[in-house]
Amino acid sequence: MTLLDVENLWVKFPTRQGIFDAVRGVSFTLGRERLGIVGESGSGKSMTGRAILRLIRPPGIVTADHITLEGQDLMTLSERDMRDVRGQKISMVMQDPKFSLNPVMTIGDQIIEAYRLHSKSTKAQAYDKAIAMLEAVAIRDAARVMRAYPHEMSGGMGQRIMIAMMLIPNPKILIADEPTSALDVSVQRQVLSIMDKLVTERGMGLIFISHDLNLVSEFCDRVLIMYAGRIVEVCDAANLHEAQHPYTRGLLNSLPRLDAPRKRLEVLKRDPAWSEAPSVGGRQ
Amino acid sequence: MTELTIDNLNVWFGHGRDRVDAVKGATFSVEKGESFGLVGESGSGKSTILRAITGLVSTWSGQITVAGKPLGPKRDRAFYKTVQMVFQDPYASLHPRHSVDQVLGETLYLHGLGDIDKRVSKLLDDVGLGGKFRFRYPHQLSGGQRQRVAIARALAGEPEVLLLDEPTSALDVSVQAEILNLLTDLREDRGLTYLMVSHDLAVVGHMCERLAVMKGGEIVEVMSADALRHNQATHPYSQALLQASIGG
Ligand SMILES: Nc1ncnc2c1ncn2[C@@H]1O[C@H](COP(=O)(O)OP(=O)(O)O)[C@@H](O)[C@H]1O
Ligand SMILES: Nc1ncnc2c1ncn2[C@@H]1O[C@H](COP(=O)(O)OP(=O)(O)O)[C@@H](O)[C@H]1O
Ligand SMILES: [Mg+2]
Ligand SMILES: [Mg+2]
Repeated sequence: MTLLDVENLWVKFPTRQGIFDAVRGVSFTLGRERLGIVGESGSGKSMTGRAILRLIRPPGIVTADHITLEGQDLMTLSERDMRDVRGQKISMVMQDPKFSLNPVMTIGDQIIEAYRLHSKSTKAQAYDKAIAMLEAVAIRDAARVMRAYPHEMSGGMGQRIMIAMMLIPNPKILIADEPTSALDVSVQRQVLSIMDKLVTERGMGLIFISHDLNLVSEFCDRVLIMYAGRIVEVCDAANLHEAQHPYTRGLLNSLPRLDAPRKRLEVLKRDPAWSEAPSVGGRQ
Repeated sequence: MTELTIDNLNVWFGHGRDRVDAVKGATFSVEKGESFGLVGESGSGKSTILRAITGLVSTWSGQITVAGKPLGPKRDRAFYKTVQMVFQDPYASLHPRHSVDQVLGETLYLHGLGDIDKRVSKLLDDVGLGGKFRFRYPHQLSGGQRQRVAIARALAGEPEVLLLDEPTSALDVSVQAEILNLLTDLREDRGLTYLMVSHDLAVVGHMCERLAVMKGGEIVEVMSADALRHNQATHPYSQALLQASIGG
């Protein structure tokens, strides 16, 4: 079932040298699945995620034939209606939780405030819900965490708290932009398995943005590979290692591997044709 | 011949109740021309070891010996001719208003070297940048190019030892491959000794002959990269780290 349908999405920035196209005619659908978006920095991954939520700040310009969520074209919504979509239907988790949480408010107060913004409830109900949310993201001593301030949390805890906050309105779609890039591998796995559970148990759609090919291949169902604002290849995550596009192959081959030692690593040779070719469709 | 010896190194920050023991009893040595890795979770004390060696942290005890000379509390000029460090974030370590030419020229001057013009252009060639980057400023360079400048600066005094702290962690994998190849070539050409910190076991496996696994400030295991590749870590923590990084 399709949750989100994006058709011909462009993100443009006026610069002194003329218009810079950060995202160039990208189309894809998202079902109840884990959809990965990978590519080098600057390839347009974050701008794609933000554009869906219409979070591109002026002078940036977003155009699309449509961005349809449950039959409703987000492109036609007022800013006010869009705010409801952002809170209730689509949530976004950013790379660094430190910049997303309010440093002078306890974590409990932040979660309770977020919850009461979305549902008419008493403080006590909101408190219980907040505890349940923290437990859902595998935080054991939830009552203590509620009283703590963001700076008292490790990176992995902070990221789990962010995910808990994003889940409060029970969104249909979670967009996670490099949610684990700042975390140690062991903590990374915990955060991933929490998101995984949410997709399976709640039937959520997940857009997982990452520069880490191995991670995406392991964790996602489908992957869009972006280069210079375009989708150059779409594949099943499990088959990412058999990807065909020379860009994807180049990225894979440039990784050092414990199981295949070699003296020098393969270096990516860029072909101008990669950025000129039209975007590949990411429809399911 | 041994180039670098760390013997029972302790490093701490703060006093009394606030004291953090960042490195506890670390011991290892690196042969001349060898590349040695330090791995472990963030906060395990990897960078602190490098910072104690270069003199960026002075609250340490134990013994550090470089090229046969035990280090005291202060580092002299000769030390920095022997040992240089490259950091993860080259943007933070390059002065925003100094051109590449100024950065390298000044470093050469501080090392007391002559013929600066010729040396700057040689350094740029050695790190694969070439003359057209000479008068650029950091913001006009990509992440990989900045890291090349940082490496050129480290090479200016013709050191024997490079301390590399996550030198490619902030870079895309394609650019990482270029920088790691450069480091491989430089070590071979100049017989350099590397002490390299990384959270990426595959990077350390690729670059180093041996490595130490750190946890909570302590070295739990020293092993060869071959042992790492063949899944022969003996300490449970190293095994867990390896498991988490190869997945499954
Ligand atoms: N405000 C802006 N003005 C001009 N260009 C921008 C602006 N914000 C982002 N860009 C450019 O858009 C491109 C895509 O950025 P982004 O989506 O953040 O990349 P990614 O997330 O894949 O690293 C980059 O080349 C970036 O420099
Ligand atoms: N300047 C400092 N003051 C206080 N504590 C510090 C300082 N630098 C590092 N630490 C602490 O020392 C420990 C080891 O840090 P570090 O060597 O940076 O770890 P790693 O490089 O393995 O991530 C951490 O607990 C860190 O918080
Ligand atoms: Mg991004
Ligand atoms: Mg460090």
